[in-house]
Order: sequence, then C-alpha cells, then structure tokens
Amino acid sequence: MLKLYDVEVRSRLLLGTARYPSPAILAESVRRSKTEIVTVSLRREAVGGKAGGAFFDLIGELGVRVLPNTAGCHSVQEAVLTAKMARDVFRTDWIKLEVIGHHDTLQPDVFGLVEAARILNGEGFQVFPYTTDDLVVAERLLEAGCRVLMPWCAPIGSAQGPLNPMALRAFRAHFPDVPLIIDAGIGRPSHAAAVMEYGYDAVLLNTAVAGAGDPATIAEAFALAIEAGRLAHGAVPLEPRDIAVPSTPVIGKAVFT
Amino acid sequence: MTFIINGEEQEVAATTLADLLLALDYEGGWLATAVNGELVHREDRADFRLGERDRIEILSPMQGG
Repeated sequence: MLKLYDVEVRSRLLLGTARYPSPAILAESVRRSKTEIVTVSLRREAVGGKAGGAFFDLIGELGVRVLPNTAGCHSVQEAVLTAKMARDVFRTDWIKLEVIGHHDTLQPDVFGLVEAARILNGEGFQVFPYTTDDLVVAERLLEAGCRVLMPWCAPIGSAQGPLNPMALRAFRAHFPDVPLIIDAGIGRPSHAAAVMEYGYDAVLLNTAVAGAGDPATIAEAFALAIEAGRLAHGAVPLEPRDIAVPSTPVIGKAVFT
Repeated sequence: MTFIINGEEQEVAATTLADLLLALDYEGGWLATAVNGELVHREDRADFRLGERDRIEILSPMQGG
C-alpha cells in the first residue's frame, strides 16, 4: 500500500481529469485505470453557469478521492488563494501545488513553489508539490513541511518520457523514505514502467491518457505498466553489461570434431 | 453597486456576497468565493458586506491535471 500523508491507497496511478473526449470516456478511463485519486481544478464560473456543478457531480459519482490543483497559477498569492478556495469546495486538505514559472516549458517557479508550500503547510494543508528534479529544491520543500514530492520527468503534456534518468535515479536515492510521484511528461506505458523501475512510488497522468486514441484502454495499459515496473523494481533487474555473456552453460557442450 | 466580478465590471443591486450570488443566479454547494484576494467561506457569505468596486472571484470545479 502507498501512504500519502494519512491516506493509504492500493493504486499507484493518479489521473488528471482534463481534455477527455467526453465525460463518459473520462469515467470509463477512471474505472479501467483503477485509480483511487483524480486531480481537478477550479476556474471562473460564468454568470448563471452550471458547468461546475455538472462536473462536481460527475467527480462525486466516480467514488475516488479528489486532489485539487492550483494549475495555471503563476504567483504565490494566486496559488495560495486557489488552494484555499479548493479546500472550501472539496473539503480536503490535499492540494497539488503548482506555481508555474515559465510559459513555454510550464516549468515550476521553484522559489514561489517553496514559499507557497511553506504558507499552505502552515495553514494545515497537505501539499503535493509539482517540482523539477532538482535535489536542493526538494530539500527546501521537505523543510517547508511537504511529505510527498512530485518531480516532473519532462514538460507537462510533452509525452517525452523520462528525459534525465540519472537525475530521477539520484532523486529517488536521495529521498528513500519520501513518497515520490512522477508528475508530468509521461507519454506511454513504457515510460511509466521505466520510472517505476527506478523506484518511484506512483505516477500522475493526464494528457497521456486523455489524448490517446482510446483513453480507457490506455488507462488500463498504464495501470498494468505501473504494476509491472513496481514489481520489477522490487525484483532487482539485471544491470546492463558491455560484453556478451552466454546464457547457456558452456560446460558439457558436445564436441563434434 | 459596481463590482469587479471574475474580472469584469458589473452593476449589481446587492449588499452581501450571498445577495450578489442570488442576484446573478449563481447557485450550488460547489462554488468558491473570494473578495479582494481573500477567501470568503460559503457559510460566511450571508454576513459578508460588500463595498463599492470590490473584486469578487467566483470559481467552480473544472477538469484539470
């Protein structure tokens, strides 16, 4: 079981709820992924609009835990206020904290992230910070009270997969006891399996599922890949070698001369 | 009074935040509100008195990743 703050979950896949072809496909993807946690956002509601209500009801029907996010926030003040508003709506102390610092790469503003994390942890939130693979920033986030870290493996929505395996492995090795969730950049189930093989605890996906030709089927494929990667990590996979090594014993080989 | 509601200037006859939501046909337990950058809890809206040109944010759940 994976423990995130005071909650234990069986599934190691967290799923975003954006950009699905339809609410029905979102619901089916959630079901087949077996996820227990979905991320949601808050946006301005139009006058007389009821869009938020319909989505709120859909999420309620999915029977999963909600991890609200501060997606699209570019300042500490904006992120902190959005987090407080999300807590008021969803009645959870969980918050996926995003403070975006760069328009093109959607790279987090790590300075603002640490500051916002400190404020929110002080106000009783349980913060899931979307961060880079920088060890020093991660240390600061832990000092700020975070008990979960969510490094990216590539820019949001890029589907590039793990761009810097060395950094991700170092991150894992440096924080052996902190739940680590890869957030952003995964494109394929093989990417998810790879980061789980590095020893990560979970993967958060959105575009890789919602943008696929068949979201519900790939959601299931991701769930299987994550499980396979997790099993493989525990089984200590063979390290690569530079030379060939015969797998069949040489001793006892027949000699036909 | 004139308010800035979700970034747009609007004239609304309301003196409390709850009145304003009612006047604009916002309803439901899923809305979050803030005035001048500060959260106003849903249970405090009826008593929250608004002032001229207050900046009001009204948010609701949306798809996100």
